[in-house]
Amino acid sequence: MNTEPKRSNEPIFWALFGAGGMWSAVFAPVAVLVFGLLLPFNAGPGEAFSYERLLDLARSFLGRLFIFLMIVLPLWCGLHRIHHCLHDLKLHSPVVRWLCLGFAYTLSLVALFQVIFI
Amino acid sequence: MAEMQRMTLRVSRYNPERDAAPHLELFEVLWDDQSSFLDALAYIKDNLAPDLSYRSSCRMAICGSCGVMVNGEPKLACKTFLRNYPEGALIEPMANFPVERDLVVDLSSFLEFIQALKPYIIGNLRKPEDGPNSQTPAQMAKYHKFAMCINCGLCCAACPQFGLNAGFVGPAALTLGHRYNLDNRDFGRKERMPVINSEKGVWNCTFVGYCSEVCPKHADPAAALQQCKAESAADFVASVLECIKKKEARHAG
Repeated sequence: MNTEPKRSNEPIFWALFGAGGMWSAVFAPVAVLVFGLLLPFNAGPGEAFSYERLLDLARSFLGRLFIFLMIVLPLWCGLHRIHHCLHDLKLHSPVVRWLCLGFAYTLSLVALFQVIFI
Repeated sequence: MAEMQRMTLRVSRYNPERDAAPHLELFEVLWDDQSSFLDALAYIKDNLAPDLSYRSSCRMAICGSCGVMVNGEPKLACKTFLRNYPEGALIEPMANFPVERDLVVDLSSFLEFIQALKPYIIGNLRKPEDGPNSQTPAQMAKYHKFAMCINCGLCCAACPQFGLNAGFVGPAALTLGHRYNLDNRDFGRKERMPVINSEKGVWNCTFVGYCSEVCPKHADPAAALQQCKAESAADFVASVLECIKKKEARHAG
């Protein structure tokens, strides 16, 4: 067996997958609670969920960073998982990999663009 | 030999000189509470089908020769007992390996993969006159679990990725390589990491975890592979940093 084989580039995607899984478990439920339930039912105190306040928050550096990571990390996690599930279903074509990871990459660029121009 | 009971076993048979594909044959065996599947195979060979082929040696889960599939699960025949299968059972050769004859599989690629991971101490210059190379309990605890491996191959028969990806070196070889990477007496990490990092290495693992469930020695290969992934990712970052450093040195020079 060749003992100096080609290095796999999987660590990059595994790191994004791992970060995405962690983010989905820790931060995503909070985001769903706050922006999916509390906000539409206006369950916050006073003007906590007013449009101007949230826009200011979204335009701050930390706000932009949170929105970007909230979109991008679960995306890489999910598409990486779909790619590996399709492999398990014997769809081994490199096209599947290109489609899944390419989709995550493209949507990440779109998200970055959107977040910069909020 | 009092109170022997009868049980029907379905055994996969394949003679490459005669058969186009493996087929099942039924055998009625005598058994009691102490009968293992290895005993049952010996009973069949002695009394019913002298041409039945299977591997075995120690009869006590040390040698790792008698791996088979019992009702589709990878098991050591010597460590699995008929009393737990009162309805009878199906015995097949280990999955994910080419069948040579009956229950005997071709392990040559498996052994080649283990060799590629160099599971032995490398680069330790101590001589016998230096005395024993003592370790603290903490240093030993790091790798001890993974050193329990007996190379039976059940983890590879269990691993869906080993079956799907031709060339994946598999959980057994990676666990053994990792065991020596964790040993403070060893200095061979640089020789093992290229295989671990490669497209045939640890990144084929999707953490199904079945390898650890079937391991007869509780060596926990799934844990070894997840630790390998973290090390391989760190090695990846280190290689990128090294590459950048080399580029800068070239520009400066």
